[in-house]
Amino acid sequence: MNAMDTPEARELSYAEAIREAMDIALESDPRVVLMGEDIGVYGGAFQVTGDLVHKYGTDRVMDTPISELGGAGVAVGAALTGLRPIFEFQFSDFAALAMEQIVNQAAKLRYMLGGAVSVPLVMRFPAGSGTGAAAQHSQSIEAWLAHVPGLKVVQPSTPEDAKGLLLAALEDPDPVMIFEHKILYKSKGLVPAGHYTTPIGKAAIRRAGTDLTIVATSIMVHKALAAAETLAAEGIEAEVIDLRTVRPMDRETVLASVRKTGRLLCVYEGVKTLGVGAEVSAMVAESDAFDFLDAPIVRLGGAECPIPYNPDLEKAVVPQVPGILDAARALAKGRI
Amino acid sequence: MPDTANSDTNLPYALRAYSREDLVGALRKMFLIRKFEEGAEDSYTRGLIHGTMHLSIGQEASAVGSCMSLTDADKITSTHRGHGHCVAKNADLGRMFAEFFGKETGYCRGRGGSMHIADVEKGNLGANGIVGGGLPIAVGAALTAKRLGTGAVTICFFGDGANNEGAFHEALNMASVWKLPVVFVCENNKYGMSTSIERSTSVKNIADRAVAYSMPGVTVDGNDFSAVTEAVDAAVARARAGEGPSLVENLTYRWRGHSKSDRNRYRTKEEIAEWMERDPIRRMADLLVSHDILSEAEVGALEAETEQEIRDAIAFANQSPAPLIEDATRFVYTEEMA
Repeated sequence: MNAMDTPEARELSYAEAIREAMDIALESDPRVVLMGEDIGVYGGAFQVTGDLVHKYGTDRVMDTPISELGGAGVAVGAALTGLRPIFEFQFSDFAALAMEQIVNQAAKLRYMLGGAVSVPLVMRFPAGSGTGAAAQHSQSIEAWLAHVPGLKVVQPSTPEDAKGLLLAALEDPDPVMIFEHKILYKSKGLVPAGHYTTPIGKAAIRRAGTDLTIVATSIMVHKALAAAETLAAEGIEAEVIDLRTVRPMDRETVLASVRKTGRLLCVYEGVKTLGVGAEVSAMVAESDAFDFLDAPIVRLGGAECPIPYNPDLEKAVVPQVPGILDAARALAKGRI
Repeated sequence: MPDTANSDTNLPYALRAYSREDLVGALRKMFLIRKFEEGAEDSYTRGLIHGTMHLSIGQEASAVGSCMSLTDADKITSTHRGHGHCVAKNADLGRMFAEFFGKETGYCRGRGGSMHIADVEKGNLGANGIVGGGLPIAVGAALTAKRLGTGAVTICFFGDGANNEGAFHEALNMASVWKLPVVFVCENNKYGMSTSIERSTSVKNIADRAVAYSMPGVTVDGNDFSAVTEAVDAAVARARAGEGPSLVENLTYRWRGHSKSDRNRYRTKEEIAEWMERDPIRRMADLLVSHDILSEAEVGALEAETEQEIRDAIAFANQSPAPLIEDATRFVYTEEMA
C-alpha cells in the first residue's frame, strides 16, 4: 500500500505509528499482550507504548521486572501456548541477556520438535546510535539475530512501515524481531489509518535511478536519500533500496536493480565486517547480477569499534551523508 | 485427580487419594520408564542410537508421582533427563523410541532426538537441552492459562543444576509476582553433571530458595511415590485455586552417569549402591503389595508386560523410515521458504 494514495492517511511519528499498531492489535485480538520493562505508566523508555496501559490495563500491558532472560522466556512460553506477546527490550543491547531464549528456544523450537509447534512471538528492539548513550545502549545487532535460522528480522525506516511490519509480524506464525531505530522515533510520515500490513521479506525502492544502486537499512535509508538528492544535482541518478527485511532478504528486488545499474553500494549502521551489507554483497556476487557489475561492490558500515560517547566520535563511527556521497561519486566515476 | 474419599489418615497419602486402578497405572508407568531407559541403553550399545542420552533410572517416582493429578490440558516442561516425564505424561513409547532412533515417525520427526522429545497434544511442551531453559517457558505457559482462563496448571521440571542458573531466579520471581498457576518441581539428584550440590549451592535444600520468592517450598523423599504425590498434588491444587506457584524438591538419585561420557570419577560405588537400595520402584511395589492392592505375582506380571511393550516400541522404531535428506531444512519456518 502506498500511503500517498490513501485518503485516510495522517502524519504520525514513527513511535506513534508503532503505538497505533499495538493499539489495533490489543483492541482486535484478546491474545495480544505487551510485555517489557517500564512499558506501563512510564510509557516505555522511548514513550512507544505511551498511555496504552490506561486503555488496556496492567494485565495486557505488563511491566516485567528487570529480567530480560526470564521475560523473554515467559514471552516464548506464552507464544507457544496461545498468546500473541509483543515483547519490548528497553534497548536492543539488552537482548544479549536474553540470547538463550531468543536463539536456543524461540528460533529452534519448531525445528527441534519436527514442526509440531509454532512460536508466534514479536520482539521489539530500540536500536542504533546517535543518542549519546555510549557502547551498551547504542548497538545495531540485527546481524546477530539474522544469522539464526528460525527468526525473521525486520528494520522499518518509515512510520508507515513501522506500523505495517508490526501488524504483519503479529500475523506471522514465527518469531519476528523488529529493530526500530531510536533516532527515527520522532520522525514523521504519512500513515494509513486502520489495519494494514507491510509484507515481511519485501524491500522497497525509495528512489528510482540508473547509475548506481544503494541498498540501505533503517536510518541509513534517509541518509542515502539525502545523498541521492545531491548526487542528482551532479547528474548521478542513484536507485535507493530500503531493504526493510534482513531475513528473509528480498533477493529479486536487489538483483534486478544491480542488473540495471551495474554498481552496488551497501550502507548500514551495524559493524561493517560480517554485517547486513556483507550478505547483500555476497548475494549479488554469487548471482548472475555479478556479470552486470561495472565496478567492485562498496560497503559502508559501522567502524570496527564499540559506539563511543563523545558526539563527534559517535558520528564518525557510523556512515554519514558526506561519506555516502564520496563513495557514490567514486563508484559512479566513469559512468558520467 | 486425587479422590480424598478415603479418610483413613493412617494410610499413606497416595492410597487415600487414588484408586487401585490409578496406583497400578502409576507402578506400570514406573516400570515403563525403567525399561525404556534400559532399552535405550541397550540400543546405544548395539549402535542403533548415535549421540548421547541422559538416563533417569532411579528417578521414576519423581516423574510419575509429580504428574498424578494432571490432565492432558495441564502442561509440563521437561529437562535433558526427560524420558520419564514423557512417559508420566502418557507419551507413546514407539514414537519416543523412533525419535531416539532419528526416525520420521518420532515425536520430532527425527530432528530433535532424546533432548527435545515433546508431545504437545498431551501437554508436554518438551524436554530442553539447555539447563534452566524450560523455567521461564513454563512461566509463560502459566501466564497463558491465567490470561485465557483455561484452568490449566503447568509443572516445570528442572534439576539441581538449574537452580544456579539466572533463569531459575527470574522465573520464580515472575511467577510469584504475577501469582501464576505453575509448580516448580526440582529433581535434586545430588549432582549437576559431576559437581555436587554441596560444592555448587549455597543453601542446604533447594526448596529453601522458595522463601526468597514468597512461595511455599518443601523437600521430600523423591524416591517415595506417595510423598512426591502428596507434595505435588497440594502444590497443583494451590495453583489451580489461583493461589500461585510452589516449589517442590524431590530428593532422588540417578543410578547411571550424567551421560555416555561419564566415567564416574566423582562418586563412590558405595554411594551408588546405597541409593540402589532405595529403589523407588521396589518401594512402590512393596507399598501396593503390603496393602493388598497387588500380589507379588501380579507385580511380576506387570513388569513382564512392560518389557514386552518396550520390545514392541523398539521394533516399531527399527522398522520406521528415516527422514529424507532433502527435507533437512524443513520445519524451520511455519510457512516454508524456497
